[in-house]
Amino acid sequence: MHPSTRRFPSTTIRWSIGLTGLLAGLILTSFAIGAANIGLLDLLQTPEGLELFLISRVPRTLAAFLAGASLAVAGVIMQMLARNRFVEPATAGSAECAALGLLAVTMLMPTSSIFLKMIVSSGAAFAGTAVFLALVQRLPPSQPLLVPLTGIVYGSVIAAITTFIAYENDLIQYLSIWMNGEFSGVLQGRYELLWAAGLVALVAYLYADRFTIAGLGRDAATGLGLNYRQVLIIGLSIVALITSFTVITVGMLPFVGLVVPNIVSRFHGDNARRTLPLVALLGGILVLASDIAGRLLRYPYEIPAGTVFGVVGTGVFLWLLFARPVHAR
Amino acid sequence: MITIENVSFRHGKAPVLKDISLTIEKGGITALIGPNGAGKSTLFALMARLLPLQTGRITFDELDVRQSPSRELALKLAILRQITSIASRITVREMIGFGRFPHHRGRPGNHDREKVGEALEMFDLGDLSGRFIDELSGGQRQRVLVAMAYAQDTDYLLLDEPLNNLDMHYARDLMKQLRSLADTHGKTIVVVLHEINYAAAYADRIIALKDGTVAAQGKTADFMTEKTLSAIYNMEVRIRELDGKLIALHHA
Repeated sequence: MHPSTRRFPSTTIRWSIGLTGLLAGLILTSFAIGAANIGLLDLLQTPEGLELFLISRVPRTLAAFLAGASLAVAGVIMQMLARNRFVEPATAGSAECAALGLLAVTMLMPTSSIFLKMIVSSGAAFAGTAVFLALVQRLPPSQPLLVPLTGIVYGSVIAAITTFIAYENDLIQYLSIWMNGEFSGVLQGRYELLWAAGLVALVAYLYADRFTIAGLGRDAATGLGLNYRQVLIIGLSIVALITSFTVITVGMLPFVGLVVPNIVSRFHGDNARRTLPLVALLGGILVLASDIAGRLLRYPYEIPAGTVFGVVGTGVFLWLLFARPVHAR
Repeated sequence: MITIENVSFRHGKAPVLKDISLTIEKGGITALIGPNGAGKSTLFALMARLLPLQTGRITFDELDVRQSPSRELALKLAILRQITSIASRITVREMIGFGRFPHHRGRPGNHDREKVGEALEMFDLGDLSGRFIDELSGGQRQRVLVAMAYAQDTDYLLLDEPLNNLDMHYARDLMKQLRSLADTHGKTIVVVLHEINYAAAYADRIIALKDGTVAAQGKTADFMTEKTLSAIYNMEVRIRELDGKLIALHHA
């Protein structure tokens, strides 16, 4: 078979295998470390140890992976809908709106179920992101950096409003939990919404071709018979759900949706059918690695995974901006 | 057959197209020409359903542009726009493959892959098939987009100034390829052109727009008169015959 007639180039397959191996290693590492200084094998030999393992260490590991994977997927979709490489849910007002919605529910209906909270914050994230997309359509296409700048200003305005309301009502603590992603509070029974986020990311894969085509622009998409509006709504819903699920359970992890898709795009392009699995895998790996690093750096104290990722992610992103472009193949 | 009936279009208050009615027969190449601001691109966008019709009706055979679902129209006509800025990093092969999307809706089969291979060969893109389109020159990218429209395999092909960015060599190649698509594949091609001599050499019919109305139309040989062209462009255009071809001398 001629190499170019294969469905996926071999580099994509090599990356997938390499990343899966790396992920396995990280999962084992994450299982083995914790504030209770017990090795993995000893832990599994006593009933209490096994309980600790299943209630704390397994959920924490899964939570980090699921949050990273789904946020990275949300980032790719945002970038295709906005047709801009520098946007993600944390720089487009999505996360801030999710937090605002969550704050509103918490204040107005303190006893509301997690389900209602989820609906309201997803709805707020959807509306906020839609407003962002409408805003940036008015920006000149020749100035791509204006798009993330607008998003950051827009997000900050919403964050300021949210902070003010939270401050007036003595709810600042909640806000800092929602906006700073970290996994120390993850226990069995308190992170399962992230499985839903993972599921939503999986659904996104069904629409991969449509997102890629939408990323070519409205005209090209219309020419190919795509219902652009419908794809826009599906994409926005996916971004909103993933963002709000993450904000509710572990807090926002900025930069994941920005850095991961850009790394993958650089080496594998933007065909979502091909790149989404890599994006999810790499997102999960980097967040899990950040969490592990955060747990080890000041052992037995912790640095939030979001902080670790922010520091490393900024560096990686600068490198991506300045490094020479790579060619396909 | 493409039928355009009583189509008018306004941008705010300014009229861009004024009550245009045209029929374009099936088969052959029809060139749409006219000075800047004549409304060519607007008419193109209306035909391609990129702009909503304000008044009038446009049909491709039995399909009404306003009423037919976009995905059904995508099997009837392929379009290539003038300004296609694509920021995505997609390989040439993948990009042409998206031309097959209206047929396979996300599940390409062998026939789709064959068509893509055919388009790659026909437009001389085999060597570039694994390259990302953001790494190509303007002319190469233009060829990819034409190949993509070809892979869409529709009866009608609408192209808005496809010669932009192409040097003489590829401009001529592209027009020859369009000619062969019309002659051997029976496609109906409507192409907006800036350079009258390409229209004279390759089109079967020419339609001229001016100030939002049809200024002249006819078979190429009948259309290419000094009187007609001079009136359309508000300047003196001489026409000479060279090796049996009519050539407009308008540049000096």
